[in-house]
Amino acid sequence: MSQSTATQAPGKKARPLSPHLSVYKMTITMAMSIVHRITGGALYFGTLLVVWWLIAAATDAQYFDFVSWLFGTLIGRLVLFGYTWALIHHMLGGIRHLIWDTATGMEKHTASKIAWATLIGSVTITVLIWLFAIFARGAM
Amino acid sequence: MRDMTTPLKKVLGYGSAHEGTDHFWKQRVSAIANVPLTLFFVGLVVALNGASYEETRAALANPFVGLLLGLTLFAVLYHMRLGMQSIIEDYLHNEGVKLLALMLNTFFTILIGASALYALIKLTLGA
Repeated sequence: MSQSTATQAPGKKARPLSPHLSVYKMTITMAMSIVHRITGGALYFGTLLVVWWLIAAATDAQYFDFVSWLFGTLIGRLVLFGYTWALIHHMLGGIRHLIWDTATGMEKHTASKIAWATLIGSVTITVLIWLFAIFARGAM
Repeated sequence: MRDMTTPLKKVLGYGSAHEGTDHFWKQRVSAIANVPLTLFFVGLVVALNGASYEETRAALANPFVGLLLGLTLFAVLYHMRLGMQSIIEDYLHNEGVKLLALMLNTFFTILIGASALYALIKLTLGA
């Protein structure tokens, strides 16, 4: 049987597709664009943690202590650390978009530098927030 | 090709989706609001790291904290609903699935918002 598209049933022809993400070399602006969307999606569900904490504080001491303990476990801390990074990264990425909205910083090399800055900045700020939280309170 | 757009359509600038830049603009306004509000939220959580039940309740019962936290949640939820709407519209191509997801997006946002509001009111009134 011929593999030619010409012999296939009408209306079932595979339509040509324009080149998509996979054909391009990954650039930092591309990676940060994807990360911006992923962090946004993660933060969406992260609101569940915020509300859980508020509900726990509004319930009673026993339940609050249980939730506090859960957030304080190794897995809990990893999730909260990831949440902090997602929040800061999405914020910096958002500020980058707001700058672009004014039509500045869009030149290729400038855009790449700002993209790197959001990544380095978000990791640095997240680590600083956690160090500050730990040393200010001494409650690791 | 002759421009078939009527002068009224041009002035309104709503385009084919009849929304114009509505979504874009709301996304940006809430994004700007989110910057200071989120920084406040991070500061609050850092300050309450390791705090006891009583300390946490006392902090959350403070009118300024409660009000700012309420505003933060409102701006964040507003922003994230718009963002998730874009994700849904980009990736879900089945009309039925898309409509269902868009509805669930609204329901989720309202559920989170109502729960947070309930907790905040309860904490503020000290009940």
